[in-house]
Amino acid sequence: MLKVRVIPCLDVKDGRVVKGVQFVDLRDAGDPVEAARAYDLAGADELTFLDITASHENRGTILDVVRRTAEQCFMPLTVGGGVRTVDDVRTLLHAGADKVSINTAAVNRRAFVGEAAEKFGEQCIVVAIDAKRVSKEGEENRWEIFTHGGRTPTGIDAITFAREVVDLGAGEILLTSMDRDGTGQGFDCALTRAVADAVHVPVIASGGVGTLDHLVDGIREGGASAVLAASIFHFGTFTIREAKERLAEAGLPVRLDV
Amino acid sequence: MSVAIIDYNSGNLHSAAKAMERAALDLGAERVVVTSDPEIVRTADRVVLPGVGAFADCRAGLDAVPGMVEAMTEAVKERGRPFLGICVGLQLLAERGLEHGVTEGLGWIRGEVERIAPSDPELKIPHMGWNTLQTAREHPLLAGIPTGEGGLHAYFVHSYHLKPADGIDLVATTDYGSTITAMVARDNVAGTQFHPEKSQRLGLALLANFLKWHP
Repeated sequence: MLKVRVIPCLDVKDGRVVKGVQFVDLRDAGDPVEAARAYDLAGADELTFLDITASHENRGTILDVVRRTAEQCFMPLTVGGGVRTVDDVRTLLHAGADKVSINTAAVNRRAFVGEAAEKFGEQCIVVAIDAKRVSKEGEENRWEIFTHGGRTPTGIDAITFAREVVDLGAGEILLTSMDRDGTGQGFDCALTRAVADAVHVPVIASGGVGTLDHLVDGIREGGASAVLAASIFHFGTFTIREAKERLAEAGLPVRLDV
Repeated sequence: MSVAIIDYNSGNLHSAAKAMERAALDLGAERVVVTSDPEIVRTADRVVLPGVGAFADCRAGLDAVPGMVEAMTEAVKERGRPFLGICVGLQLLAERGLEHGVTEGLGWIRGEVERIAPSDPELKIPHMGWNTLQTAREHPLLAGIPTGEGGLHAYFVHSYHLKPADGIDLVATTDYGSTITAMVARDNVAGTQFHPEKSQRLGLALLANFLKWHP
Protein backbone atom coordinates (compact mmCIF):
# COMPACT_ATOMS: atom_id res chain seq x y z
CA MET A 1 0.00 0.00 0.00
CA LEU A 2 1.23 3.49 -0.84
CA LYS A 3 2.20 5.43 2.25
CA VAL A 4 1.44 8.98 3.25
CA ARG A 5 4.63 11.04 3.01
CA VAL A 6 6.11 13.26 5.72
CA ILE A 7 8.39 15.92 4.25
CA PRO A 8 10.56 18.33 6.23
CA CYS A 9 11.40 21.56 4.43
CA LEU A 10 14.60 23.53 4.85
CA ASP A 11 14.93 27.19 3.90
CA VAL A 12 18.42 27.72 2.54
CA LYS A 13 20.00 31.13 1.99
CA ASP A 14 23.46 31.46 0.47
CA GLY A 15 24.11 27.82 1.29
CA ARG A 16 23.06 27.97 4.94
CA VAL A 17 19.86 26.97 6.70
CA VAL A 18 17.96 30.00 7.92
CA LYS A 19 15.52 29.95 10.85
CA GLY A 20 17.97 27.46 12.30
CA VAL A 21 17.67 23.80 12.98
CA GLN A 22 17.92 22.75 16.58
CA PHE A 23 18.59 19.07 16.47
CA VAL A 24 20.67 17.43 19.07
CA ASP A 25 23.83 15.83 17.70
CA LEU A 26 24.24 18.28 14.83
CA ARG A 27 27.77 19.51 14.56
CA ASP A 28 26.67 22.55 12.61
CA ALA A 29 23.02 23.51 12.77
CA GLY A 30 23.37 25.88 9.85
CA ASP A 31 24.69 23.33 7.41
CA PRO A 32 21.85 22.06 5.22
CA VAL A 33 23.74 18.89 4.37
CA GLU A 34 24.03 18.01 8.06
CA ALA A 35 20.34 18.71 8.54
CA ALA A 36 19.52 16.60 5.49
CA ARG A 37 21.53 13.72 6.85
CA ALA A 38 19.77 13.95 10.21
CA TYR A 39 16.39 13.83 8.46
CA ASP A 40 17.54 10.95 6.29
CA LEU A 41 18.46 8.96 9.42
CA ALA A 42 15.21 9.98 11.08
CA GLY A 43 13.20 8.36 8.29
CA ALA A 44 11.88 11.41 6.44
CA ASP A 45 10.15 10.30 3.25
CA GLU A 46 11.50 13.15 1.15
CA LEU A 47 13.30 16.39 1.72
CA THR A 48 12.58 19.82 0.28
CA PHE A 49 15.14 22.61 0.02
CA LEU A 50 13.82 26.06 -0.59
CA ASP A 51 16.56 28.29 -1.91
CA ILE A 52 15.68 31.76 -0.72
CA THR A 53 18.99 33.25 -1.81
CA ALA A 54 18.24 36.79 -2.85
CA SER A 55 20.64 37.06 -5.75
CA HIS A 56 20.62 34.78 -8.70
CA GLU A 57 24.42 35.01 -8.90
CA ASN A 58 24.76 32.99 -5.74
CA ARG A 59 23.02 30.04 -7.31
CA GLY A 60 26.18 27.98 -7.24
CA THR A 61 25.92 27.57 -3.47
CA ILE A 62 22.60 25.71 -3.60
CA LEU A 63 23.95 23.51 -6.37
CA ASP A 64 26.83 22.56 -4.11
CA VAL A 65 24.40 21.85 -1.26
CA VAL A 66 22.24 19.68 -3.50
CA ARG A 67 25.29 17.83 -4.78
CA ARG A 68 26.65 17.14 -1.30
CA THR A 69 23.22 16.12 0.00
CA ALA A 70 22.63 13.73 -2.87
CA GLU A 71 25.95 12.09 -2.05
CA GLN A 72 24.79 11.19 1.42
CA CYS A 73 21.01 10.99 1.41
CA PHE A 74 19.30 8.26 -0.50
CA MET A 75 15.81 9.68 -0.49
CA PRO A 76 14.06 12.00 -2.93
CA LEU A 77 15.09 15.61 -2.88
CA THR A 78 13.03 18.54 -4.15
CA VAL A 79 14.59 21.93 -4.70
CA GLY A 80 12.69 25.16 -5.24
CA GLY A 81 13.16 28.90 -5.13
CA GLY A 82 13.88 31.22 -8.04
CA VAL A 83 13.56 28.55 -10.72
CA ARG A 84 12.88 30.57 -13.86
CA THR A 85 14.24 28.76 -16.90
CA VAL A 86 14.55 25.30 -18.37
CA ASP A 87 18.29 25.68 -17.74
CA ASP A 88 17.64 26.31 -14.03
CA VAL A 89 15.69 23.03 -13.92
CA ARG A 90 18.41 21.17 -15.77
CA THR A 91 21.28 22.34 -13.56
CA LEU A 92 19.34 21.47 -10.38
CA LEU A 93 18.47 18.01 -11.67
CA HIS A 94 22.04 17.42 -12.76
CA ALA A 95 23.27 18.48 -9.33
CA GLY A 96 21.16 15.72 -7.80
CA ALA A 97 17.67 17.11 -7.26
CA ASP A 98 14.94 14.61 -8.08
CA LYS A 99 12.21 17.19 -8.39
CA VAL A 100 12.25 20.88 -9.01
CA SER A 101 9.62 23.18 -7.62
CA ILE A 102 8.43 26.09 -9.74
CA ASN A 103 6.55 28.98 -8.18
CA THR A 104 6.57 32.56 -9.45
CA ALA A 105 7.79 31.63 -12.91
CA ALA A 106 4.69 29.47 -13.38
CA VAL A 107 2.46 32.35 -12.36
CA ASN A 108 4.20 34.75 -14.73
CA ARG A 109 4.22 32.34 -17.63
CA ARG A 110 2.21 29.09 -17.42
CA ALA A 111 3.79 27.66 -20.56
CA PHE A 112 7.07 27.29 -18.65
CA VAL A 113 5.53 24.39 -16.71
CA GLY A 114 4.77 22.60 -19.97
CA GLU A 115 8.24 23.23 -21.37
CA ALA A 116 9.92 21.88 -18.24
CA ALA A 117 7.63 18.83 -18.03
CA GLU A 118 8.16 17.98 -21.67
CA LYS A 119 11.92 18.18 -21.28
CA PHE A 120 12.38 16.37 -17.98
CA GLY A 121 9.17 14.46 -17.38
CA GLU A 122 6.09 15.32 -15.35
CA GLN A 123 7.35 13.34 -12.38
CA CYS A 124 10.04 15.90 -11.58
CA ILE A 125 8.03 19.08 -12.01
CA VAL A 126 6.37 20.33 -8.85
CA VAL A 127 4.37 23.53 -8.98
CA ALA A 128 4.35 25.43 -5.69
CA ILE A 129 1.17 27.40 -5.13
CA ASP A 130 0.98 30.06 -2.43
CA ALA A 131 -2.68 30.84 -1.87
CA LYS A 132 -4.60 33.20 0.36
CA ARG A 133 -8.30 33.12 1.13
CA VAL A 134 -10.00 36.12 -0.49
CA SER A 135 -13.64 35.23 0.09
CA LYS A 136 -15.39 36.99 2.90
CA GLU A 137 -17.23 35.36 5.76
CA GLY A 138 -20.40 33.72 4.45
CA GLU A 139 -19.24 33.82 0.83
CA GLU A 140 -18.30 30.73 -1.12
CA ASN A 141 -14.65 29.82 -0.48
CA ARG A 142 -12.23 31.44 -2.88
CA TRP A 143 -8.44 31.53 -2.79
CA GLU A 144 -6.09 33.65 -4.83
CA ILE A 145 -2.45 33.12 -5.78
CA PHE A 146 0.01 35.44 -4.12
CA THR A 147 3.67 35.86 -5.03
CA HIS A 148 6.69 37.41 -3.30
CA GLY A 149 6.14 35.58 -0.05
CA GLY A 150 2.45 36.37 0.07
CA ARG A 151 2.78 40.12 -0.50
CA THR A 152 1.71 40.43 -4.10
CA PRO A 153 -1.81 39.47 -5.18
CA THR A 154 -2.17 38.20 -8.73
CA GLY A 155 -5.93 38.01 -9.17
CA ILE A 156 -5.53 34.37 -10.22
CA ASP A 157 -7.89 31.82 -8.70
CA ALA A 158 -5.87 29.10 -6.97
CA ILE A 159 -8.09 26.17 -7.98
CA THR A 160 -8.23 27.21 -11.64
CA PHE A 161 -4.47 27.72 -11.63
CA ALA A 162 -3.86 24.29 -10.10
CA ARG A 163 -5.95 22.66 -12.85
CA GLU A 164 -4.10 24.59 -15.53
CA VAL A 165 -0.60 23.70 -14.39
CA VAL A 166 -1.52 20.04 -13.99
CA ASP A 167 -2.94 20.01 -17.52
CA LEU A 168 0.37 21.49 -18.66
CA GLY A 169 2.34 18.71 -16.99
CA ALA A 170 2.93 19.44 -13.31
CA GLY A 171 3.39 16.07 -11.61
CA GLU A 172 2.70 17.32 -8.11
CA ILE A 173 1.34 20.40 -6.34
CA LEU A 174 3.01 21.89 -3.27
CA LEU A 175 0.19 23.90 -1.75
CA THR A 176 0.90 26.51 0.91
CA SER A 177 -1.74 28.48 2.72
CA MET A 178 -0.36 31.97 3.18
CA ASP A 179 -3.00 32.59 5.84
CA ARG A 180 -1.73 29.72 7.94
CA ASP A 181 1.99 29.69 7.18
CA GLY A 182 3.96 30.18 10.37
CA THR A 183 0.86 30.39 12.59
CA GLY A 184 0.88 26.86 14.00
CA GLN A 185 -2.92 26.81 13.61
CA GLY A 186 -2.99 23.91 11.17
CA PHE A 187 -3.43 23.58 7.42
CA ASP A 188 -6.23 25.35 5.60
CA CYS A 189 -7.92 22.00 5.01
CA ALA A 190 -10.73 23.48 2.92
CA LEU A 191 -8.11 24.86 0.51
CA THR A 192 -6.20 21.57 0.48
CA ARG A 193 -9.37 19.60 -0.18
CA ALA A 194 -10.49 21.96 -2.96
CA VAL A 195 -7.18 21.58 -4.81
CA ALA A 196 -6.81 17.83 -4.14
CA ASP A 197 -10.29 17.25 -5.55
CA ALA A 198 -9.57 19.42 -8.58
CA VAL A 199 -6.41 17.64 -9.80
CA HIS A 200 -5.38 14.04 -10.44
CA VAL A 201 -1.78 14.46 -9.21
CA PRO A 202 -0.59 14.27 -5.60
CA VAL A 203 -0.96 17.38 -3.44
CA ILE A 204 1.47 18.24 -0.63
CA ALA A 205 -0.18 20.23 2.14
CA SER A 206 1.96 22.99 3.61
CA GLY A 207 1.67 25.95 5.93
CA GLY A 208 0.51 26.10 9.52
CA VAL A 209 1.44 22.84 11.19
CA GLY A 210 1.65 23.26 14.95
CA THR A 211 0.58 19.86 16.27
CA LEU A 212 0.74 16.31 15.04
CA ASP A 213 -3.03 16.19 14.71
CA HIS A 214 -2.72 18.91 12.09
CA LEU A 215 -0.81 16.41 9.95
CA VAL A 216 -3.65 13.91 10.31
CA ASP A 217 -6.16 16.61 9.32
CA GLY A 218 -4.18 17.52 6.21
CA ILE A 219 -4.45 13.97 4.93
CA ARG A 220 -7.90 13.07 6.17
CA GLU A 221 -9.80 16.33 5.76
CA GLY A 222 -7.58 17.94 3.16
CA GLY A 223 -7.12 14.85 1.01
CA ALA A 224 -3.38 15.53 0.67
CA SER A 225 -0.94 12.76 -0.35
CA ALA A 226 1.87 14.25 1.69
CA VAL A 227 2.40 16.74 4.48
CA LEU A 228 5.20 19.27 4.64
CA ALA A 229 6.38 21.05 7.75
CA ALA A 230 9.39 23.04 8.86
CA SER A 231 9.39 24.52 12.36
CA ILE A 232 7.88 21.59 14.28
CA PHE A 233 10.71 19.38 13.07
CA HIS A 234 13.58 21.88 12.99
CA PHE A 235 13.05 23.02 16.54
CA GLY A 236 12.72 19.50 17.80
CA THR A 237 9.10 19.97 18.93
CA PHE A 238 8.34 16.65 17.28
CA THR A 239 10.45 14.05 15.54
CA ILE A 240 9.65 12.55 12.16
CA ARG A 241 9.02 9.28 13.97
CA GLU A 242 6.50 10.87 16.32
CA ALA A 243 4.72 12.42 13.36
CA LYS A 244 4.48 9.08 11.61
CA GLU A 245 3.35 7.27 14.73
CA ARG A 246 0.57 9.79 15.19
CA LEU A 247 -0.52 9.29 11.58
CA ALA A 248 -0.41 5.52 12.10
CA GLU A 249 -2.52 5.79 15.27
CA ALA A 250 -5.07 7.68 13.22
CA GLY A 251 -5.20 4.72 10.87
CA LEU A 252 -3.22 6.30 8.03
CA PRO A 253 -0.57 4.22 6.23
CA VAL A 254 3.00 5.35 6.94
CA ARG A 255 6.49 4.02 6.36
CA LEU A 256 8.32 3.19 9.55
CA ASP A 257 11.50 1.74 8.00
CA VAL A 258 14.66 3.05 9.57
CA MET B 1 35.33 -4.78 -11.51
CA SER B 2 33.71 -1.90 -13.36
CA VAL B 3 30.11 -0.72 -13.37
CA ALA B 4 29.01 1.45 -16.29
CA ILE B 5 26.05 3.76 -15.71
CA ILE B 6 24.80 4.79 -19.11
CA ASP B 7 24.58 8.55 -19.67
CA TYR B 8 22.11 9.35 -22.42
CA ASN B 9 20.96 12.71 -21.14
CA SER B 10 18.16 11.33 -19.04
CA GLY B 11 17.66 11.30 -15.38
CA ASN B 12 19.49 11.65 -12.22
CA LEU B 13 22.74 9.86 -12.96
CA HIS B 14 24.50 11.50 -10.06
CA SER B 15 22.21 9.80 -7.52
CA ALA B 16 22.45 6.44 -9.22
CA ALA B 17 26.24 6.65 -9.28
CA LYS B 18 26.51 7.81 -5.66
CA ALA B 19 24.17 5.09 -4.42
CA MET B 20 26.10 2.50 -6.39
CA GLU B 21 29.38 3.75 -4.94
CA ARG B 22 27.92 3.58 -1.46
CA ALA B 23 26.66 0.05 -2.04
CA ALA B 24 30.08 -0.86 -3.43
CA LEU B 25 31.96 0.46 -0.40
CA ASP B 26 31.82 -2.83 1.44
CA LEU B 27 32.55 -4.94 -1.59
CA GLY B 28 36.05 -3.78 -2.40
CA ALA B 29 37.40 -2.26 -5.56
CA GLU B 30 34.40 -1.41 -7.68
CA ARG B 31 34.82 1.26 -10.29
CA VAL B 32 31.60 3.12 -11.01
CA VAL B 33 31.66 5.24 -14.15
CA VAL B 34 28.94 7.40 -15.63
CA THR B 35 29.55 7.20 -19.34
CA SER B 36 28.19 7.91 -22.79
CA ASP B 37 31.05 6.00 -24.39
CA PRO B 38 29.78 2.76 -25.99
CA GLU B 39 33.26 1.25 -25.74
CA ILE B 40 33.21 1.52 -21.94
CA VAL B 41 29.73 0.00 -21.83
CA ARG B 42 30.78 -2.82 -24.16
CA THR B 43 33.64 -3.85 -21.89
CA ALA B 44 32.04 -3.10 -18.49
CA ASP B 45 31.55 -5.91 -16.00
CA ARG B 46 28.11 -4.60 -15.09
CA VAL B 47 25.78 -2.18 -16.83
CA VAL B 48 23.08 0.09 -15.39
CA LEU B 49 20.49 1.96 -17.45
CA PRO B 50 18.77 4.64 -15.34
CA GLY B 51 16.05 6.84 -16.72
CA VAL B 52 13.39 9.34 -15.86
CA GLY B 53 10.95 11.01 -18.18
CA ALA B 54 8.83 9.77 -21.01
CA PHE B 55 9.45 6.46 -22.78
CA ALA B 56 9.75 7.96 -26.27
CA ASP B 57 12.13 10.72 -25.13
CA CYS B 58 14.35 8.21 -23.37
CA ARG B 59 14.38 5.89 -26.37
CA ALA B 60 15.31 8.81 -28.61
CA GLY B 61 18.04 9.84 -26.17
CA LEU B 62 19.48 6.34 -26.19
CA ASP B 63 19.41 6.19 -29.99
CA ALA B 64 21.10 9.58 -30.17
CA VAL B 65 24.30 8.11 -28.72
CA PRO B 66 25.89 6.36 -31.73
CA GLY B 67 26.61 2.72 -31.06
CA MET B 68 25.12 2.67 -27.54
CA VAL B 69 22.28 0.22 -28.12
CA GLU B 70 24.68 -2.10 -29.96
CA ALA B 71 27.22 -1.85 -27.12
CA MET B 72 24.55 -2.60 -24.49
CA THR B 73 23.29 -5.51 -26.52
CA GLU B 74 26.76 -6.95 -26.91
CA ALA B 75 27.58 -6.59 -23.20
CA VAL B 76 24.33 -8.27 -22.22
CA LYS B 77 23.63 -10.80 -24.94
CA GLU B 78 27.13 -11.89 -25.93
CA ARG B 79 29.20 -11.23 -22.82
CA GLY B 80 26.43 -12.13 -20.39
CA ARG B 81 27.08 -9.13 -18.16
CA PRO B 82 24.61 -8.38 -15.37
CA PHE B 83 22.31 -5.53 -16.41
CA LEU B 84 20.00 -3.37 -14.31
CA GLY B 85 17.36 -1.01 -15.74
CA ILE B 86 15.88 1.56 -13.37
CA CYS B 87 12.43 3.14 -13.83
CA VAL B 88 12.22 4.11 -17.50
CA GLY B 89 15.43 2.09 -17.84
CA LEU B 90 13.33 -0.96 -16.93
CA GLN B 91 10.51 0.09 -19.23
CA LEU B 92 12.89 0.34 -22.19
CA LEU B 93 13.52 -3.41 -21.83
CA ALA B 94 9.99 -4.07 -23.10
CA GLU B 95 9.02 -4.67 -26.71
CA ARG B 96 6.92 -1.52 -26.92
CA GLY B 97 6.00 1.57 -24.95
CA LEU B 98 2.51 3.05 -25.26
CA GLU B 99 3.24 6.48 -23.75
CA HIS B 100 2.59 9.32 -26.25
CA GLY B 101 2.18 6.88 -29.18
CA VAL B 102 3.84 3.55 -29.80
CA THR B 103 7.63 3.38 -29.41
CA GLU B 104 9.84 0.34 -29.88
CA GLY B 105 11.72 -0.83 -26.82
CA LEU B 106 14.78 -3.05 -26.65
CA GLY B 107 12.59 -6.17 -26.58
CA TRP B 108 14.69 -7.98 -23.99
CA ILE B 109 11.61 -8.62 -21.86
CA ARG B 110 8.46 -9.53 -23.79
CA GLY B 111 5.55 -7.22 -23.11
CA GLU B 112 4.33 -3.64 -23.33
CA VAL B 113 4.56 -0.55 -21.17
CA GLU B 114 1.10 0.75 -20.44
CA ARG B 115 -0.52 3.38 -18.24
CA ILE B 116 -1.29 2.23 -14.74
CA ALA B 117 -5.01 1.98 -14.15
CA PRO B 118 -6.05 1.83 -10.50
CA SER B 119 -9.51 0.39 -10.01
CA ASP B 120 -10.23 3.36 -7.72
CA PRO B 121 -10.44 6.48 -9.91
CA GLU B 122 -9.77 8.60 -6.82
CA LEU B 123 -6.18 7.37 -6.67
CA LYS B 124 -3.64 9.89 -7.86
CA ILE B 125 -1.46 9.38 -10.90
CA PRO B 126 1.59 9.37 -10.89
CA HIS B 127 1.99 6.60 -8.33
CA MET B 128 4.38 8.62 -6.22
CA GLY B 129 5.94 7.65 -2.92
CA TRP B 130 6.89 4.69 -0.79
CA ASN B 131 5.33 1.30 -1.27
CA THR B 132 6.09 -2.29 -0.29
CA LEU B 133 6.97 -5.17 -2.62
CA GLN B 134 5.20 -8.49 -3.08
CA THR B 135 7.49 -11.10 -4.55
CA ALA B 136 6.26 -13.22 -7.43
CA ARG B 137 9.37 -15.36 -7.26
CA GLU B 138 12.75 -15.43 -5.60
CA HIS B 139 15.58 -13.46 -7.15
CA PRO B 140 19.21 -12.86 -6.04
CA LEU B 141 18.67 -9.08 -6.22
CA LEU B 142 16.09 -9.34 -3.43
CA ALA B 143 18.19 -11.64 -1.25
CA GLY B 144 17.94 -10.69 2.42
CA ILE B 145 15.46 -7.87 1.76
CA PRO B 146 12.23 -8.09 3.79
CA THR B 147 9.25 -7.86 1.42
CA GLY B 148 5.48 -8.02 1.89
CA GLU B 149 3.23 -5.56 3.75
CA GLY B 150 5.50 -5.57 6.79
CA GLY B 151 8.68 -5.35 4.73
CA LEU B 152 10.88 -2.47 3.67
CA HIS B 153 9.63 0.23 1.29
CA ALA B 154 10.77 1.26 -2.16
CA TYR B 155 10.35 4.71 -3.71
CA PHE B 156 8.20 4.86 -6.84
CA VAL B 157 7.35 7.69 -9.15
CA HIS B 158 5.71 6.69 -12.43
CA SER B 159 2.50 6.66 -14.44
CA TYR B 160 3.31 3.68 -16.67
CA HIS B 161 4.52 0.14 -16.02
CA LEU B 162 5.73 -2.89 -17.93
CA LYS B 163 3.21 -5.71 -18.28
CA PRO B 164 5.39 -8.77 -18.97
CA ALA B 165 3.96 -11.20 -21.51
CA ASP B 166 5.76 -14.10 -19.84
CA GLY B 167 4.71 -14.44 -16.22
CA ILE B 168 8.08 -15.93 -15.33
CA ASP B 169 9.77 -12.57 -16.00
CA LEU B 170 7.82 -10.96 -13.17
CA VAL B 171 9.84 -10.85 -9.93
CA ALA B 172 7.91 -8.43 -7.73
CA THR B 173 4.77 -6.32 -7.78
CA THR B 174 3.37 -3.50 -5.71
CA ASP B 175 -0.22 -2.67 -4.89
CA TYR B 176 -1.75 0.64 -5.95
CA GLY B 177 -5.41 0.02 -6.53
CA SER B 178 -4.28 -2.72 -8.86
CA THR B 179 -1.21 -4.90 -9.20
CA ILE B 180 1.71 -2.93 -10.60
CA THR B 181 4.97 -4.37 -11.90
CA ALA B 182 7.77 -3.44 -9.50
CA MET B 183 10.58 -5.67 -10.74
CA VAL B 184 11.28 -7.95 -13.71
CA ALA B 185 14.19 -10.20 -14.60
CA ARG B 186 15.22 -12.61 -17.31
CA ASP B 187 18.61 -14.35 -17.37
CA ASN B 188 21.26 -11.67 -16.69
CA VAL B 189 18.85 -8.76 -17.17
CA ALA B 190 16.89 -7.19 -14.32
CA GLY B 191 14.86 -4.04 -13.93
CA THR B 192 13.21 -2.12 -11.10
CA GLN B 193 10.30 0.26 -11.60
CA PHE B 194 11.16 1.87 -8.25
CA HIS B 195 14.32 3.90 -7.69
CA PRO B 196 16.81 1.88 -5.62
CA GLU B 197 19.09 4.92 -5.52
CA LYS B 198 16.29 6.76 -3.64
CA SER B 199 15.04 3.87 -1.56
CA GLN B 200 17.36 4.13 1.42
CA ARG B 201 17.89 0.72 3.07
CA LEU B 202 16.02 -1.40 0.56
CA GLY B 203 17.69 0.36 -2.33
CA LEU B 204 21.25 0.13 -1.08
CA ALA B 205 20.75 -3.56 -0.22
CA LEU B 206 19.42 -4.24 -3.73
CA LEU B 207 22.32 -2.42 -5.38
CA ALA B 208 24.79 -4.37 -3.24
CA ASN B 209 23.06 -7.57 -4.38
CA PHE B 210 23.38 -6.42 -7.99
CA LEU B 211 27.13 -5.98 -7.53
CA LYS B 212 27.38 -9.52 -6.16
CA TRP B 213 25.04 -11.03 -8.77
CA HIS B 214 26.50 -13.80 -10.94
CA PRO B 215 23.70 -14.87 -13.25
